Amino acid sequence: MPDPGDLVTLEVDGHAITARAGQTIWEAARDAGIQVPVLCHDERLRPVGVCRLCVVDIGGRTLAAACVRPVEAGMKVATASPLVVKQRAVLLRLLLADHPTPCTRERTTGDCALEAEARAAGLLGVADSDSLPRGPVRALDASSPVIAVDLSSCILCDRCVRGCNELQSNDVLTRSGKGYGTTITFDLGLPMGSSSCVSCGECAAVCPTGALTHKPLGAPLRPRAELTAVDTTCPYCGVGCALTVQVDRAENRIVYIDGRKNGHNEARLCVKGRYGFDYTTHPQRLTRPLIRRDTHYPKGGLSADVRGAGAGERGRGRGRRAGGHVDYAEVMPAFREATWDEALDLVATRLGAIRTTHGPNALAGFGSAKCSNEEAYLFQKLVRTAFGTNNVDHCTRLCHASSVAALMETIGSGAVTNVFHDIKRADFALLVGTNTTVNHPVAATFFKEAVRAGTRLAVIDVRRPGIADHAWKFLRQRPGADVALLGGMIHVILEERLYNEPFVRERTVGLDALAAAAAPMTPELAEKISGVPADEIRAVARAFASARAAMIFWGMGVSQHSHGTDNARALIALCLLCGHIGRPGTGLHPLRGQNNVQGASDAGLIPMLFPDYQSVTDPVVRARFEAAWGFALDPVPGLTVVEIMQAALEHRVRGMYMMGENPFLSDPNINKVRKALSALDFLVVQDIFLTETAEFADVILPATSFFEKTGTFTNTDRRVQLGHAALAPPGEARLDWEIICDVATRMGAPMHYDGPEAIFNELRSLAPSLAGLDYTSLEGAGRLWPGDQEILFGDDFPSGKGRLVPTSFAPARELPDAEFPIVLVTGRLLEHWHTGSMTRRSRALDALEPEAFVELHPNDGTHLGIAEGDFVLARSRRGEIVLRARLSTATSEGSCFIPFHFREAAANLLTIDALDPVGKIPEFKFCAVALSRA
Amino acid sequence: MQTAPLSDAAKQKLNAVLSRYPNAMAACLPALHLARAEYGHLGDDVVKLVADHLALPVAHVHGVVTFYTMFRREPSGQNVLRVCTNISCMLRGGYEILGAVERELGIKPGQTTPDGCFTLIEEECLAACANAPMMICGARYFLDLVPEKMPELLAELRQTPQTELV
Ligand code: SF4
Ligand code: SF4
Ligand code: FES
Ligand code: FES
Repeated sequence: MPDPGDLVTLEVDGHAITARAGQTIWEAARDAGIQVPVLCHDERLRPVGVCRLCVVDIGGRTLAAACVRPVEAGMKVATASPLVVKQRAVLLRLLLADHPTPCTRERTTGDCALEAEARAAGLLGVADSDSLPRGPVRALDASSPVIAVDLSSCILCDRCVRGCNELQSNDVLTRSGKGYGTTITFDLGLPMGSSSCVSCGECAAVCPTGALTHKPLGAPLRPRAELTAVDTTCPYCGVGCALTVQVDRAENRIVYIDGRKNGHNEARLCVKGRYGFDYTTHPQRLTRPLIRRDTHYPKGGLSADVRGAGAGERGRGRGRRAGGHVDYAEVMPAFREATWDEALDLVATRLGAIRTTHGPNALAGFGSAKCSNEEAYLFQKLVRTAFGTNNVDHCTRLCHASSVAALMETIGSGAVTNVFHDIKRADFALLVGTNTTVNHPVAATFFKEAVRAGTRLAVIDVRRPGIADHAWKFLRQRPGADVALLGGMIHVILEERLYNEPFVRERTVGLDALAAAAAPMTPELAEKISGVPADEIRAVARAFASARAAMIFWGMGVSQHSHGTDNARALIALCLLCGHIGRPGTGLHPLRGQNNVQGASDAGLIPMLFPDYQSVTDPVVRARFEAAWGFALDPVPGLTVVEIMQAALEHRVRGMYMMGENPFLSDPNINKVRKALSALDFLVVQDIFLTETAEFADVILPATSFFEKTGTFTNTDRRVQLGHAALAPPGEARLDWEIICDVATRMGAPMHYDGPEAIFNELRSLAPSLAGLDYTSLEGAGRLWPGDQEILFGDDFPSGKGRLVPTSFAPARELPDAEFPIVLVTGRLLEHWHTGSMTRRSRALDALEPEAFVELHPNDGTHLGIAEGDFVLARSRRGEIVLRARLSTATSEGSCFIPFHFREAAANLLTIDALDPVGKIPEFKFCAVALSRA
Repeated sequence: MQTAPLSDAAKQKLNAVLSRYPNAMAACLPALHLARAEYGHLGDDVVKLVADHLALPVAHVHGVVTFYTMFRREPSGQNVLRVCTNISCMLRGGYEILGAVERELGIKPGQTTPDGCFTLIEEECLAACANAPMMICGARYFLDLVPEKMPELLAELRQTPQTELV
C-alpha cells in the first residue's frame, strides 16, 4: 500500500507531473490543468468507472479509465491520442443514438454533460449517429412535484444512485433490470412521487443529463451563464447549509438553488433548502405599511381560523377543507395602506406614550431567530434603550431555553461543544429526542454516513424517528420519562464503576450528590417509569460509557418539557461522568432549530442577558453597555415569551413590537394567546406576510425576506456565515435593520449605520466570543466562534469545573385521565417550517404536505373507531381542532403526534402553557387530549 | 395481497445463510433463493420481507431480483421457457425459435398463457452456445432447436411440465 503522503512522478501528455500516491489519473491530470472528460464521475462521489468516457492510453493492453485508475510512478499517460479520441467518439455516438437531443437538461439549464462532450468532439447533429438503431423510448415520470424523470436521457452512469445512497443515505434509487432493459428505479420500481423519496434533489443535482432534472418553481429554468449566482445560506434550519442562489435579475426571481461545495454541508441540501424558496415572490408579500382601520376596533382575530370560530363551526362538515394560508380577502379590509412616515410616526408615538404613561416595563419586543445577527442585535438594543426595558425575547425560549439553561449552569457555555460533523470520529453517538432526518436533514446525512463507517447510534425517543432505521438500538420511552431513563443509565454507570474516574476527579464537582440522586433509580425502576426494558438501559449505558469517543445530540424531545432543564442536566451529567467532552468525536450538541437561533441568542435577544451572555444584573457589564449605548439600562431581567403573553393578558404589558415572530401559532395554548394579543393597547408587527399574529396588529410594517438580506447568520455549530442579498425587496418593503433604526431614532434613541458590516462590528466590540471574526472573513464556509475552534473545553470549562447536577423524576404537568386519555406530542414535518408562513407559500413544499393530520397508533385507531384518512376531533382542556387521521406504528399506543405548522388545525390550541421553572420553556411535548371521529 | 411471514424452517435456513456471510449484502442472493423456494415468485411483499430480514434497502433487493432473470417478480406458468437470443443463438436462428414459440402460444416474452401452462422469457447467453439455438425449461436443456419442431416440443411439455429448480 502506498502511503498517501508519498509523491509519485508521472508523465501526462508529455508533461512531467507530480501526484500524491493513491490519486487517480483523472485527479492528477486535473491538478496539472489537464481536463479529462468524464460522465459518470463527480468529485463528490465515489468513483465507479462505469461509463468509460474518461479512458486514457497508458500503454497497456487496453485503455484505462482515468477516474478510477490510480497513478503509478513512471506512468506515461496520453489523454488525447488518436486511439483515445476514436474510442471516445464511438462511445459518445452509441450514447447519443439513444439520447433525445436536446434533452430536458439541455433545453432548460443548458448543461447536459453528454451533449457538451459530444459538441466538443464535433459529434452533435452528425447524421451518422442517427443511423444507429434506437431502442424504445422509455417512460416519463412526472409524479414528483420537484423532479422531472425522463429515463430516455439516462446513460446509466449511476451518479444519481450514488447521490441518493452515498451522499444523502436515502437508499431510494437503484439500478435494476439487465442488459438493454436496465433502468434506474425507485424502491420497488415505483413512480418517484409514490416512493420513499424525500425530495432532497441530490439525484437531480448530480445527474449529468436530462434524466433527472429540477422542475421549475415559479420561473422558467435557464442556463447558469444567463443568471446571477449569489452565495448565501439556507433560511430554514440550524444546519445552516451554504448554498448558491441562481437569480434572474431582470425578473427579480430565484430560478433555482445549488448546494455550495465550499460549505460545511458539502453541497448537500434538503427539500426545504433546495425547493422552498418561492415564498419570497408569493403574491401575498406585504409591500406597503398597513394601519388598522378604526372600524376594526376593538381588536381581535380577523380570519375564521384566528377568530377561533371553533372546530364546531369549521370542522363538522362545512369547514373541512385542505387548508392553506390565509385568504387576504378575509383580513385585508381591516387595514388601510399608509406611507412609511405615517406608520413609523404612529409606532413611535404610541409606544412612546405607553412608556410615558405606564413605564418602560409596559413595553416588550419579540425578535426572531430567522433574522440576522445584526438585526437581532439592533432589535434588543432598541428594546433596551428606546423602550428602556429588558422585556425582549424570541423563539429560542420555545426550543432550547432549557438546554441552554442547563449548559450554562453545568459547564458555563450555552452553545454546542463540538460540531455535528465530528460524529465521524465518534465510535458511539446517543441521539435523544431528535427527529434528525426531518428537522436537521443534512446533519442527518452525515450521521447516516458515520454509521456506514462504523459509528454506533443509540436513539431514544417516544416516536420512532427515521434515523432509528440506522441505529444499533432504538429505545422507545414513554413520553415525559426522560429523567427516569437517563437516571437509570447514570445508575448503571456508577454502580458498575464504568465512569471516567480521572476525568470526574479533575474536571467535575458534584459526584456525591449525583450518586445520591441516582441510587434509587435502578434500571428496573427506570423500566417501570419509562417502559424501556432494564437490560436495554444497561446495554446502552455500558456502550456509551465504554466508547472510546461518544457524542450526545438532542432536540426538542428533550427540551420542550416542564422538566426540560432536568432532562438536559441528566444528559450533560452522563457526558461528564464518562468524560466524553473536549476530545475529537466527543461532546454535547443540542441541535439548534432556526437558521439563526444561535446567533439571535449570541446577539442578546434574551431578557436576562446582554449580547454574548453577559448578565444584565452584573453592574460592571451594565456599565460597559451603558457607556457603549449612551443610555441608562434596566438592571432587572425582563420577562420571557410566555410570561410576556401572561403579562399582556393582565395589562402589565401594553405595547409590543414583533419582528418576524408569529406567537399566535407558535406559542402554547392559543386561546389564551388570542386574549393576550387582543388585550394589547398597541401592537406593531414587522413581517413579510400578514400572519395570524398580525391580524391583531395596529400597524404592520412590510419587511424583507431572507433572500433580500445581506447579513451574518450563526448555525448550530457556532458557525457564523455571511449571506448576500439575492433579490430586491418587493414594493416598499424595507430591510429589517433599517426599520429598527427608524423606530429607535423616532423614539429618541438615534441609530444610524452604514450597513450590516458596521452593525456587526459594533456587536463584535461588545461580544468577546465574536471578537476575532472579521466580517469579510465570514464569506465562503464562514467561521466558528470562538476562535474557529470546532472542539471546545479540552482543558477546562468556562465555569471552571463541570457541575454534575442531580435530577429526580417528576411526572408531566397534565397527565392523561379518563376524559383526556391520550398524550399529545407536537412536532414538525420535513417539508414545513414552524408556523408555515414560508413553507406553505412554497409551491413544492405545500404540494408535498398540504394538510394537517394527527398520527396515532393503528391499535388506538381500532379502539377509537378511527380509520386512516378519517376526520378526527382532537380536544384538550384548552381547545379543539379537526384534522385527518394517519395511522402509524411510529407513534406509541396511548399517544398521538400533531405537527404545529397548520393554521386551520393549530396544534397549539391544544397544548398546555405549563413552563419549565428554570428555562421557562413550555411543555409542547406533553398534554392530555381526547380523540374521536369528527 | 398479504404475504405469510417466513416459515420457521425458512427462518432457520436464513439465519444459517446469514451466519456464513460477512454482511447482509453478501447474503442477499442466497436469501432470495430461500424466498423463492418458499413463495415461488418474488412479489413486492416478498422483496420487502427479504429486505426487512436482511436490513437492506428495498431498492437494493429489487435491483438484485430484477438483474437475475431466474427470479420472477410475478407468478409464472408451470413451464418457464427461457429462450436464448444472445449472439451465438441469434446467429443460428434464436429469434426464429422465439417467434415460433410466440406464434404457437400466442404470448410475448414476459407473458404467461391464460391456462397457466407456459411463461416465456427471452434470455441472454445461457452458456450452451455450442448447441445454439437453445432454450431451458425447468432443469432441462433443449438444444439445436429448429422452429418446425417447436409445436411438438411444447405439446410434450404440456403433458409433462418441467418445473423450475428450487
Ligand atoms: S430526491 Fe433525494 S431521496 Fe429522492 S431519489 Fe433523489 S436523491 Fe433520492
Ligand atoms: S438541512 Fe436545514 S439548513 Fe440545510 S437545506 Fe435543509 S433546512 Fe436548510
Ligand atoms: S468517468 Fe471514468 S468511467 Fe465514467
Ligand atoms: S448465446 Fe445462446 S447459449 Fe450462448
